[in-house]
Amino acid sequence: MTKDTIIYQGAEAKICRTEYMSFDVVQKRRISKSYRIKHIDDRLISYRTKEEAKLMIEARNHGVSVPTIYDVDLKNGIITMDYLKGKRIKDILNDLSEEERARICKKIGESIAKFHNNDIIHGDITTSNMILLDDKIHFIDFGLGEINSEIEAKGVDLHVLMEAIDSTHSKYSNCFDYVLEGYKKELKENANLIIRKIEEIVKRGRYR
Amino acid sequence: MICLGIEGTAHSIGVGIISDENEKCRVLSNVIKIYTPEKGGIHPREAANHHALHLADLIKESAEKAQINFSDVDLISFSKGPGLGPCLRTAATAARALSLSLKKPIIGANHCVAHLEIGRGTLDDCSDPVLLYTSGANTQVIAFAEGRYRVFGETLDIGIGNCLDKFGRTVGIEFPCGPAIEKLANKGKKYLELPYSIKGMDIAFSGLLTMAEQYYNNGEKLEDICYSIQETTFAALTEVTERAMAHTEKDEVLLGGGVAANKRLRNMVQIMASERGASFFVPSKDLCIDNGAMIAWLGTLMYNSGIRMKIENSIIDQRFRTDMVDVSWRD
Repeated sequence: MTKDTIIYQGAEAKICRTEYMSFDVVQKRRISKSYRIKHIDDRLISYRTKEEAKLMIEARNHGVSVPTIYDVDLKNGIITMDYLKGKRIKDILNDLSEEERARICKKIGESIAKFHNNDIIHGDITTSNMILLDDKIHFIDFGLGEINSEIEAKGVDLHVLMEAIDSTHSKYSNCFDYVLEGYKKELKENANLIIRKIEEIVKRGRYR
Repeated sequence: MICLGIEGTAHSIGVGIISDENEKCRVLSNVIKIYTPEKGGIHPREAANHHALHLADLIKESAEKAQINFSDVDLISFSKGPGLGPCLRTAATAARALSLSLKKPIIGANHCVAHLEIGRGTLDDCSDPVLLYTSGANTQVIAFAEGRYRVFGETLDIGIGNCLDKFGRTVGIEFPCGPAIEKLANKGKKYLELPYSIKGMDIAFSGLLTMAEQYYNNGEKLEDICYSIQETTFAALTEVTERAMAHTEKDEVLLGGGVAANKRLRNMVQIMASERGASFFVPSKDLCIDNGAMIAWLGTLMYNSGIRMKIENSIIDQRFRTDMVDVSWRD
């Protein structure tokens, strides 16, 4: 393995594969943006790094699969975590059989319910932020997440996924129904309240 | 082919005449009149009355400026939606009257898609952009994916222009408030902490608006508040645009809508684009704001791709969403 290769350059961070105390790791390095003033830049980078690490640890404590964290550097906005040798859901979902797609989507719903049961809001649930490994859905990128018990927050969280499925997997938009099926099964509170909230959020959008 | 387009979704009534040349748009004329309320926001009926009052003159003026006769026009296009009902109906009625009297086909175009297509049609090398569309009512990040223009991010509450206008009204700035806020912001120095609200690729402004109003009531300097509003909202807009670009793997960004006239917003998006190695595009100001030429151009694209509309079907749709448009003119 070559040291320090950028495996993904997102909008907000670079994901580098590197070595850390002889472990095969990825580092999420948040990029400073010169389009925004330093005050906002510093605040967003350190706040999001801290929140993300905190939420990943919380999620793991409640049985959600996430990469193991090795180190957090708030000043430079770097999280060092386990490298997952899996596949992004975004890349595989459209090519699965109907049956397998339904099974995976239900699993996604179950995992989301697990963190929602503990008031963990992911903030950016898209199929790019899920990795399939050992038949488990691993969640990455909690960078826009928060702890929030409100139905509104959980509804918005799921609404992001609904939009992502509509735009990226538009041929298979029933995926979201399967997600909700798994979600309902695993959620401790009344899932219908949250599902009704999603409908409300859709209507709140412009021209609905 | 020469197309006359009528735009009337909100406070602007515009008539534009374009011709298509080698799959690009040549604007022959583009005349606009803007309704400004004496106080408060847009009153839909008053705006529609304003449009009805000026529309006939604008149509005449557009033909004079384009140096054409009405018999040269091959197609009439109008803004089908989204927008304010009375305004849309006024523009559509004029379009129908023209279509019937000139015996030329009519076509209804989606206003938001028109903002994107006018960029592709008039700017060299702008072929597959992510559009950051910022106006009074609309704040959307739009890109072409899987056969449609899809909304990757949008405001969850109010449009950015509306946010600026509402703040402006609270502090006694005249409508439209954007340009005045920009001037004040240039004199601001102190950054006041404001909520930065992004959910995935969506964005929200109402919390920020409330807090900005509180700063004003607490006696903070207006210049500093305006500076902080611009820096926070525009950074968030730039961030969601960049997220959409990363998500769709596109390397062009286009601005559209009235707020695209703001130099600081342009500057931020331009920096973001250059840091990603992407190209940055912004149409000329008269093509950024609501205008008839963009409606004429989208109508032309639709017509050339085989879309036809009967006059009895030329109805308006106040809630005509961007992703409802079947984009038959692109692969």
